[in-house]
Amino acid sequence: MEYQAKELFAKHGVTTTLGTVVTTPEEARAAAEEYGFCVVKAQVKAGGRGKAGGVKLARTPDEAFEHASNILGMEIKGLTVNRVLITPATPPVEEYYFSFLLDRSNRQYLCIASVEGGVEIEEVAKTNPDAVKQIPINPGSGVDTDKAREIATEAKFPEAVFEQAVTMIEALYKVFTDEDATLVEVNPLARLAGDKLEALDGKVSLDDNASEVRHPDHEQFEIKDETDPLEAKAKEKGLNYVKLDGEVGIIGNGAGLVMSTLDVVAYAGEAHGGVKPANFLDIGGGANAQVMADGLDVILGDAQVKSVFVNVFGGITACDEVANGIKGALEILGDSATKPLVVRLDGNNVAEGRRILDELDHPLVTQVPTMDGAADKAAELANG
Amino acid sequence: MSIYLNKDSKIIVQGMTGGMGAKHTTLMLEAGSNIVGGVNARKAGTTVELGGQELPVFGSVKEAMAETGADVSVAFVPPAFTKDACIEAIDAGIGLLVVITEGVPVQDTAEVWAYLEGKNTRMIGPNCPGIITPEESLAGITPHTIAGKGPIGLVSKSGTLTYQMMYELKDFGFSTAIGIGGDPIVGTTHIDALAAFEADPETQAIVMIGEIGGDAEERAAAYIKDHITKPVVGYVAGFTAPEGKTMGHAGAIVSGSSGTAAAKKEALEAVGVKVGKTPSETAALMREILQG
Repeated sequence: MEYQAKELFAKHGVTTTLGTVVTTPEEARAAAEEYGFCVVKAQVKAGGRGKAGGVKLARTPDEAFEHASNILGMEIKGLTVNRVLITPATPPVEEYYFSFLLDRSNRQYLCIASVEGGVEIEEVAKTNPDAVKQIPINPGSGVDTDKAREIATEAKFPEAVFEQAVTMIEALYKVFTDEDATLVEVNPLARLAGDKLEALDGKVSLDDNASEVRHPDHEQFEIKDETDPLEAKAKEKGLNYVKLDGEVGIIGNGAGLVMSTLDVVAYAGEAHGGVKPANFLDIGGGANAQVMADGLDVILGDAQVKSVFVNVFGGITACDEVANGIKGALEILGDSATKPLVVRLDGNNVAEGRRILDELDHPLVTQVPTMDGAADKAAELANG
Repeated sequence: MSIYLNKDSKIIVQGMTGGMGAKHTTLMLEAGSNIVGGVNARKAGTTVELGGQELPVFGSVKEAMAETGADVSVAFVPPAFTKDACIEAIDAGIGLLVVITEGVPVQDTAEVWAYLEGKNTRMIGPNCPGIITPEESLAGITPHTIAGKGPIGLVSKSGTLTYQMMYELKDFGFSTAIGIGGDPIVGTTHIDALAAFEADPETQAIVMIGEIGGDAEERAAAYIKDHITKPVVGYVAGFTAPEGKTMGHAGAIVSGSSGTAAAKKEALEAVGVKVGKTPSETAALMREILQG
């Protein structure tokens, strides 16, 4: 969110105004009393906040109270606004755009800069592509003062703010590399009265892998009350889970196979009342009883789920281990396992795996040998 | 013939003494790989017994190459140390570097990729199952028991979909199956593998498996149009993936309207690649081609 991006900006010496984050209109009024003329801005992880009515100018504390009342609780692109940021209003003389990002296609970094128009950068890119400069950055050599100067020159930053731009570009690159970001965006980068350059709004996307490996402090950016409760629960148990809107719970091994399973279930659902996959859940290679039980526990906690499809291809993991995992999970869950389970096992040691489940003869478990067939069965059961 | 890896490949394992490294070194030996040693600076000079073989542990990739003539390294190194392990292998001049590790910071991979420029190393991965030339050699974690040798070349972002597809087409077999990895930046792309399969006389047809995120599949489609004469069958996973959510693989994310499965399928079909709706339909398309 904006206020978090600004915290990272400030940490690395990018000129910005942090403002005050509040969750009630009363707090908004108090903050406005301090700032005077101020801006009330919805804090959600989505663009287009201004267009959605989530950004308002307030001349008085009462106006700040009123705007905050309207904005808090509002939905922007499906996200509920729980926080607003109050900052002093500093009308820009000019607005620029600046970003560093991971250019995955070219396996390098990219700097995008424009001194013509800030907020509507996509529009500028369409109507006046020459005004939007794209400058490749070699991840090995990075951005030093010389490179920052080269960027500022190419982007045509005006003389009056040129040196400030160079300093800011270097600082933004530090945000990008020191925090392991995949995107650092300032929009608008504003030229204020008195030729002062400031990051008025911004966005930072962090690399989860890097946060895991070397930025334990990044955990503070996760906002618990904005996370889906099932996703939060799955994360606690170390499961790779994404909540979707559907009726067929999915458990599989390997990200690609699980994605594929979602698709196959969605196709199968077309013939069964349009049921859809309820989630993404990759239990990886270690499909033991506890992991399987944790996975089922999370999925069965989703009230929308009517059936569960367990789709495992035994590669390194043998199917008998997976079958024993399912058996153990049903024992662990006992009476709390209430939804039908369609299981498709294939690959390494499949005969033994299927035999274990046949022998178990559990009333909730149906085995179907093929992925397409099993998806069809799971969709049919979810449509019951 | 095959691509990148064959029975003459001499393999060392970086991180052989760790849990994953030891387990998969044993499995690679079972698959018939010629593993000539491992690398661990702290255990240099010792040996490790794996799969009934005494394997020497060397202090560095350079030393291991000098002593054994190794030309392939497989890395099972924790993500925090993967960048250094890669740079060490590249500096030593290894021919093929297969990075299995999942969870490598993407900026580390970007730096390694920049470092590779002008060097002689081919990197596969990270976050991949590696490469298998059935009945000859395995450098990675793909189960060697799924399928034998045959006319199909396979390139995939996903490990389990590789296994699934090999299983579906096991009666035909594979020249080489390569998992390029699910990270936003990988060393070997679909295009690299397509070019190598085109040049490989043993490969008669190619299966290409993609997934949401980035534009690798679209680029591959453009490449196929101009450079590939062998039949290609495609599969793309992630049609139901919502925007902005990472689906397991770090690189599997739809951003705005880009990186969608539909766009990738369309790009591939536009150049004449038959794209299956499901893995089994994809296998059926390949079956038709091979049966004429």
